[in-house]
Amino acid sequence: MNKNRVYPTWFALGALLLYVVLYVLPSVMGLGYSFTDWSEYSWEVHFVGLENFKTVFSANYNYVRVLLNTLRFTAVTTIAKNAIGLMLAVLLTKKVRMLNFHRAVMYMPCVLSALIVGMIFKSIMDPKVGLLNTALRAVGLNGLAQKWIYDSKLAFPSVMAVDIWKGMGYIMTILIAGIMSISPVYYEAAAIDGGNAWQCFRHITLPMLTPTLTVTTVLNVIYGLRVFDTVYALTNGGPGFATEVLYTAVYKEFSKGRYAVGTTLSTIITLLTLVVGYFMIKHMVKGEGDLA
Amino acid sequence: MNSMVKRRQSLITFGVNALAWLLSLILLAPLLLILFNSFKTSKEASAMALSLTANPQWSNYSVVIEKGKLGTTFFNSLLYSVSSVLLCTLLSTMAAYVMSRNRRKLHNFLYLFIVLGIAMPINFVTLMRVMQVTKLMNKKIGIILLYTATQIPFNVFLIHSFVGKIPVEIDEAAVIDGAPATGLFIQIVLPLMKPVLVTVMVLTFLNTWNEFVMPLYFLDSSTKWPMTLAVYNFFGMYFKDWNLVCADIVMTSAPVVLVYLLGQKYIVAGMTAGAVKG
Repeated sequence: MNKNRVYPTWFALGALLLYVVLYVLPSVMGLGYSFTDWSEYSWEVHFVGLENFKTVFSANYNYVRVLLNTLRFTAVTTIAKNAIGLMLAVLLTKKVRMLNFHRAVMYMPCVLSALIVGMIFKSIMDPKVGLLNTALRAVGLNGLAQKWIYDSKLAFPSVMAVDIWKGMGYIMTILIAGIMSISPVYYEAAAIDGGNAWQCFRHITLPMLTPTLTVTTVLNVIYGLRVFDTVYALTNGGPGFATEVLYTAVYKEFSKGRYAVGTTLSTIITLLTLVVGYFMIKHMVKGEGDLA
Repeated sequence: MNSMVKRRQSLITFGVNALAWLLSLILLAPLLLILFNSFKTSKEASAMALSLTANPQWSNYSVVIEKGKLGTTFFNSLLYSVSSVLLCTLLSTMAAYVMSRNRRKLHNFLYLFIVLGIAMPINFVTLMRVMQVTKLMNKKIGIILLYTATQIPFNVFLIHSFVGKIPVEIDEAAVIDGAPATGLFIQIVLPLMKPVLVTVMVLTFLNTWNEFVMPLYFLDSSTKWPMTLAVYNFFGMYFKDWNLVCADIVMTSAPVVLVYLLGQKYIVAGMTAGAVKG
């Protein structure tokens, strides 16, 4: 069987063309334009060396803070989503009535647009009439009623909490699949030896789940570095720079026509993500035979 | 002794069920809040309480459809989603099929090159330049091609691993019977790929319907906006009328919730693919 005749390479051309022109090319160009003075006002660009990177990493601007915010967001949401997702997955692989209903509900926020979720929580976190403060006051915890996303100290934790609420069901779903792929033989052996629930979790579930947890960690890290939707919808980076992350900063530079700094920030995201992404892709295509 | 063990067991069962319900309610409360408030009057809704209203205002919905220009934006969203689903599924399937079956060095390299896109962030600033040069800026077709391009990597990944599980012997039999390359693909292999194609189509639909960043950057006129962006804009103008905002949110989310409930099995299959491997 002539493989090249039966499986013609031109089948792949359409996908390749779109992918290269609209996805890869901008990223490659982005690296090039990071070394220029490109802006809305001058289509002719000049080489400026590392000037943009100096600006981004200079103490005179807030970009370092934005970068640190992004890393903090990534770390906190990754840990929280993994921890909560794992607890939910363990709970929802036990004998619970209406199991599928609970699983479906937990996953629900993942299928809603981040813009919608942002609006919903803007209402809930409203300092005066929001459901959160109303509920706190109703049970007598007036002191805990805060200004949430409008408070410069609490804004970032609030944004992260909303993002965790939205994303934990996704991690849970992956981990449930991971737990269900563990052979029941291990748990039967543990039951004979008189192992309790905690011991089963600690010595069977957790170690067997490590590969899956690695994947969810990488997925969360890549998501966290690229986050835009939830932050834009809730605070758009404010108050001040309290919740500004790399991608919201890119959007602001873009809106102001400061393309050079925008593309430099974007290039930084690309470089950060590709390092992490490389390991993920390597893991994902493992098991596909002669590829990796 | 035995009865004590039994009692302890039923106590645990009760605790586990109660916890599951509590967590589900935490997840559902914000969504119910929106649904309940969408039927209230503006004054009732301003309290933003999680309670049902005595006299539901169905007119909220018709007011929003008119004021929020939901007709136009609904059809925009539908156009973007359906077009991207069809185009992206077609291109991804053809590419993944050839790369999975014809595993020469070139094909393996191209596959890894495309799949790397799953992790790659988009540079919106230079993408604007590319859109201008290719005359796709501020055009509906431009947005459709963007949604297609950005979702090719994950879809190729999903389909590639599925095709790998379809026996090659099927192809060989068809080739001996004289089927041409396109005939083999369309008549023999494509029908066998139905489960993964449904997954790909459902996921592409949900992602495209929910997305708003591309239009934010690359569509200047609100007449081309999808529903998500329109609802956010509506929120900016009518933030005092929470009942209307809630009705708008409900209508914008209804299609994805519906697709989710119908295609849950396929979504979970797609979401867990690649993440869980022995």
